[in-house]
Amino acid sequence: MYGFGILKGLGVTLRHLVNSYVDDIKWGVSRYETTEAFEARQGPNARGVVTIQYPEEKMAVPERFRFIPFLVINDADHPEAPGDDWCTSCGICAKVCPPQCIWIERTNDPETGRPVPQPKNFYIDIDICMNCGYCAEFCPFDAIKMDHDYELASYDRTTRHVFDKDVLSKPVSYWQEIAPTRAEEERLGREAKEAAKGKKKKRKK
Amino acid sequence: MAEDQFTGLNNPDYPIPDELKQNVAITTLDRLYNWSRARSVWPMMFGLACCAIEMIVTAAARYDQSRFGMEVFRPSPRQCDLMIVSGTVTKKMVPQIVRLYNQMPEPRYVLAMGACASGGGPFKEGYNVVDGIDKFVPVDVYVPGCPPTPQALIFGFMTLHEKIEKQSVTTVPWYRRGANEPVPVPVLGPDLIDVRHAPLLRAEAQQAAEQAQLADDSLAYDEPSSLEEASAD
Amino acid sequence: MTEATPEQSTDTSDPIAYLQSKFGDVVSEDTRDGYSGIVVDPRQLVDVAQTIRDDLGFDLLSSASYVDYLEEGFFEMVYHVYDTRVGGSGLNFKTRTDREEPALPSLVGVWPSADFQEREAWDLMGIPFIGHPNLKRILTWEGFEGHPMRRDWQEPFYEEDAKPFGTRWPGGQVIRGEMTNPYGMNVQYPEGFTLDGWSPEGDDAIYAGLSTPETASGVDIQQIRTDQLVVNMGPQHPSTHGVFRMTVTIDGETVTKLEPVMGYLHRNHEKIGERNTWLMNMPYTDRLDYLASMSNNFAYAISVEQMLGQEVTERAELIRILMAELTRFVSHGWFIGFFLNDLGAFLTPSVYTITERDLILDLFEAVSGSRMMCNYFRFGGVAYDLPEYIGGPAVKPGDKARRLDTYKFLDDLINERMPRVLQELRDYLIDNEILVARCVGVSTISSQDAIAYGVTGPVLRATGIPYDLRRMDPYSLYEEFDFDIPVRYNGDLYDRFVVRVEEMYQSIRICQQVLPRLKETEGQNYWAGKRAYTVRVPKGEHYGHAENPKGELGFYLVSDGGANPYRYHIRSPSFINLTALEEMCKGYKVADVVAILGSLDIVLGEVDR
Repeated sequence: MYGFGILKGLGVTLRHLVNSYVDDIKWGVSRYETTEAFEARQGPNARGVVTIQYPEEKMAVPERFRFIPFLVINDADHPEAPGDDWCTSCGICAKVCPPQCIWIERTNDPETGRPVPQPKNFYIDIDICMNCGYCAEFCPFDAIKMDHDYELASYDRTTRHVFDKDVLSKPVSYWQEIAPTRAEEERLGREAKEAAKGKKKKRKK
Repeated sequence: MAEDQFTGLNNPDYPIPDELKQNVAITTLDRLYNWSRARSVWPMMFGLACCAIEMIVTAAARYDQSRFGMEVFRPSPRQCDLMIVSGTVTKKMVPQIVRLYNQMPEPRYVLAMGACASGGGPFKEGYNVVDGIDKFVPVDVYVPGCPPTPQALIFGFMTLHEKIEKQSVTTVPWYRRGANEPVPVPVLGPDLIDVRHAPLLRAEAQQAAEQAQLADDSLAYDEPSSLEEASAD
Repeated sequence: MTEATPEQSTDTSDPIAYLQSKFGDVVSEDTRDGYSGIVVDPRQLVDVAQTIRDDLGFDLLSSASYVDYLEEGFFEMVYHVYDTRVGGSGLNFKTRTDREEPALPSLVGVWPSADFQEREAWDLMGIPFIGHPNLKRILTWEGFEGHPMRRDWQEPFYEEDAKPFGTRWPGGQVIRGEMTNPYGMNVQYPEGFTLDGWSPEGDDAIYAGLSTPETASGVDIQQIRTDQLVVNMGPQHPSTHGVFRMTVTIDGETVTKLEPVMGYLHRNHEKIGERNTWLMNMPYTDRLDYLASMSNNFAYAISVEQMLGQEVTERAELIRILMAELTRFVSHGWFIGFFLNDLGAFLTPSVYTITERDLILDLFEAVSGSRMMCNYFRFGGVAYDLPEYIGGPAVKPGDKARRLDTYKFLDDLINERMPRVLQELRDYLIDNEILVARCVGVSTISSQDAIAYGVTGPVLRATGIPYDLRRMDPYSLYEEFDFDIPVRYNGDLYDRFVVRVEEMYQSIRICQQVLPRLKETEGQNYWAGKRAYTVRVPKGEHYGHAENPKGELGFYLVSDGGANPYRYHIRSPSFINLTALEEMCKGYKVADVVAILGSLDIVLGEVDR
């Protein structure tokens, strides 16, 4: 019958319209309050309205989320070396960076002139960065990580879009907060490595 | 960002009795003007590259740009307030972008979305890529990211709203005489030519010519001397 | 199926011997280390090509790549041809021309699909093709100085021949390119160039030859004399899917000529790709067809792996196939939404499909870290295993956390939601009388024409040719899965639409088979090989390809044994499918052009590269 196809299509849109209210009735006010409601609303079984009311509610980004990189430093309350860089300025991140947006200035010992494992300065031009995550993936010291802060809009790029070491450095507790599982895995990995190293040293002795 | 300053039309400087708070608002002309403008920023239906996909997604169901009065993507620049430069700007495309910008009526805003539009992005080193649209049109808000997620883009919109809220009807440039000077449209020559660079181009060409002349002179000077030497021998 | 064996005569089973017996010394085998195929003398190239097409049966010219051998002093054109009936690994033949005075015969007469690819070779490499009907620049503009893909051509922001650049470490100080350029911009001019007395080429070249009056072929306009009109569509046009431009000559409402104008998103992937190391190109492939980044990764990863001889673990293959098929679903879903948008349904279908896309993108984001630019594949596997859960912890004020178990999420998505949504889309659209009236019988193209124009992907399958690389030249584990290649036979808009909907069903079928095996292989290695950031590829050439949602995505890679590719050529399906656009549009109304372009489902990042 001519016109049946259109009616069928209209039926689908009507179902969508009804569905958007069914969910509201089911969850009531808590639809926009509880975590379970949010999970259900943004999960694979969601029906009805899926809108996220940004900025009042934000979709939390997953642990592997990649935005601009940041440098991991010790916490301010670290017992031995508060605020020390994890970066040893080995330059691997600058070498793997596909658009070459990382500049690292290595520190040289003022007396001997030998390089010190610490960056004097570290720049990332976020106008070039493509958020690929290679720097974090290949860093052997877990010292550079991809940040989750995407709210970076600004009015001026000449002064605000070259991130230097001060802007890039964030304490390790921040990384543990945004990516708990991965931070824990990495910590265990480092400890295992150090233990292996210690054993080797003992054996040598 | 102070919530009341951003959303409330009522100016907190004027005390209003509690019983009238629901019915009366005292405000300044600026606030009213900016409040209405910031809540109906119409973007241009104009996408360049990857970021355009995220821009479309921002307009779709999950992030729903219409919550900000921005759902009306206008295909004509004459009806737009905001140009979202969403993606890599190439040299071949930039004359069209400048022309579109010139066709937009004041007040107009430009949002550079993503690394490419802000400063060339990962393609900056390419021979056909413009390293930032701000070389040609003034940009109001930069949204970094490659590509920025829809939430990052909405944050960019809110930053733009903030900027709009800070403007004053008495000082904005577009009510003055002689405003709306068009940006000169760049030309495609052997490479992209910004017409404003004409004097510099001329100077460079002159310098090159002088250098060539110098080189010629030295050659011309060398040759007879060697000839003389040869003949002297 | 490793060797193409056309069933014509026993002679043709060995193409090289057959061609040598027919042409003698004109044809020789490529004996360079790591190379394969045939080298043909350019003087007899057309004859040899004709024989390859007619006698040997290689009817699809898939890719025409160009390489600049700077030290050896010649340009080489490399043609990859396939037989659409049997598939297989095809045949490649090459021809060479001197660097100083390059000239080659055009193959447009043999395979019309060479049209745009030869124009590209002229534009970027500066090889003139004798006999090409319309040899103009295609990606840059008329008047552009130089041919950028030559090895000795340097861009304005040139730093070094190969990455990593030495200025980044250890004494790195930020130097933005514009700080050193005298114009403060990414430009360079030939020496002594000045604006005095110079006039721009403008758009004259684009319009040249379009406005000549010509009667509409095969269209009866009832003897009313009408003038032909050139209408320009794009590059800023709401229906061109980006920055695509067409100059359309119309006679009344009927299209008589159409010329695509592209390059408005030419981002120099290939030039940058040659500076990059092998691994660095992976995130750049994301940005080719930005609706299907996982599939692009896949094609590039298998191309390089085939050069390396790298094994891939089973779990990695399964994850790859899952991601690629979900990407196909997303990409075709996007097509459905925006094809309907082009037909005038405005945003409703797109909003429905984008909602589904967002869910799948949540998975991609949790798995790889980015919604669109996944950069997930590595040589030998994938970057990470599947995560424990989809979603993330709440950190910022206002953050809403999610913690959805990955396998449950996949279960619900693949076994329940995707089939339901697809059925819904089907109900919604497929019988819709308006859609049928707009689409059936519009833009029909025969299978012979489609193959001749080099069309691949769903558009080719809509003409009745079951040419799908997942079956025709199997890669990864596709042979182990049970799925069909949907085919329709009319080659019109409606068939292209239906083929894509059916392919979405097949993608779900594959995913449903992958999922239990993923659960079985839980915990196994997902990345074989060394996790090093420098990959050294043995000397030689390779053409690797995979079936992307848009068609055949190929990479022609040449390695000189170093850390960077010597040549990185992308055979992009969208670009080559556009060759047939004029043929598809001729004789139809100007309002159909928008729908026809939409039905090709182009992505500009891939067209212009």
